[in-house]
Amino acid sequence: MFAWFHKLTAPKNFYRFAGIINPWIGTICLILILSGLYLGLFKAPPDYQQGESYRIIFVHVPAAWMSMFVYMVMACSAFMTLVWRYKLAGIITEASAAIGASFTFLALATGSLWGKPMWGTWWVWDARLTSELILLFLYLGYIALNSAIENKKTATRASALLVLVGVINIPIIHYSVEWWYTLHQPATVTKMDKPSIHLDMLIPLLLMALGFTFFYAFTLLLKVRTLLIMREQKSKWVQELLEHGKS
Amino acid sequence: MSEFLSMGGYAQFVWPSYGLTLIVLAVNLFIAWQQNKQLKRTLKRRLKNSL
Repeated sequence: MFAWFHKLTAPKNFYRFAGIINPWIGTICLILILSGLYLGLFKAPPDYQQGESYRIIFVHVPAAWMSMFVYMVMACSAFMTLVWRYKLAGIITEASAAIGASFTFLALATGSLWGKPMWGTWWVWDARLTSELILLFLYLGYIALNSAIENKKTATRASALLVLVGVINIPIIHYSVEWWYTLHQPATVTKMDKPSIHLDMLIPLLLMALGFTFFYAFTLLLKVRTLLIMREQKSKWVQELLEHGKS
Repeated sequence: MSEFLSMGGYAQFVWPSYGLTLIVLAVNLFIAWQQNKQLKRTLKRRLKNSL
């Protein structure tokens, strides 16, 4: 098992592997998002309190989940960078940052667009919104630090440390709606007992969330492939790859 | 159709949410694609010149 994992994470093999599975990931992503959109916009009934405005949930909640999920992926790969110095791990952290920041921005922006008609305000400085904003700054801080340091190895390790320190923010975001009084509604899906959301709304929500996850995987692998040939451009396998033309 | 587009009076909040999401995700994808193509082109040119 370990030998197999070791082989797969070798730059040359991972480049090939990612190239093979990525068209499939892209196709599944498209199917998930299109069916999620169809069910969410056309089939799901309006909410009895919020009317049609609640349909923002199908982009807002998946974006918010992804903003935390991508950060956790970055934290894991940052940990692997610092402890085992996996070359691929550093590349995964770097390739995730922009997408993670984008999801965080979308969670904040669509939340704002939902907050205006429902709460009567675009923004409040409460725990949930503020901790999500801090998450955006963590992403931007990572990107800035990683690109500011000239030496690539130092940059990777220093920015990995920043990611790990910032992990403390993730449980704060998740539990903020329970720990502090807030306008934001508490979790409806990730509850221990039954989710308090109707199946007709839950299914498109989960489809969209899964679709966003596949979107992340797709762009991640594409970026990882780019970074792999950039870092390894002097090695034999990249030279051969370029000579033989195809992908 | 127009009933669907009006989103029960919330069109000005619902559609920008979806539009913004679409734009941001599309830009992410486009940049990733562009960088990949650009790098391969540069490296190929460099390889040709070195031969």
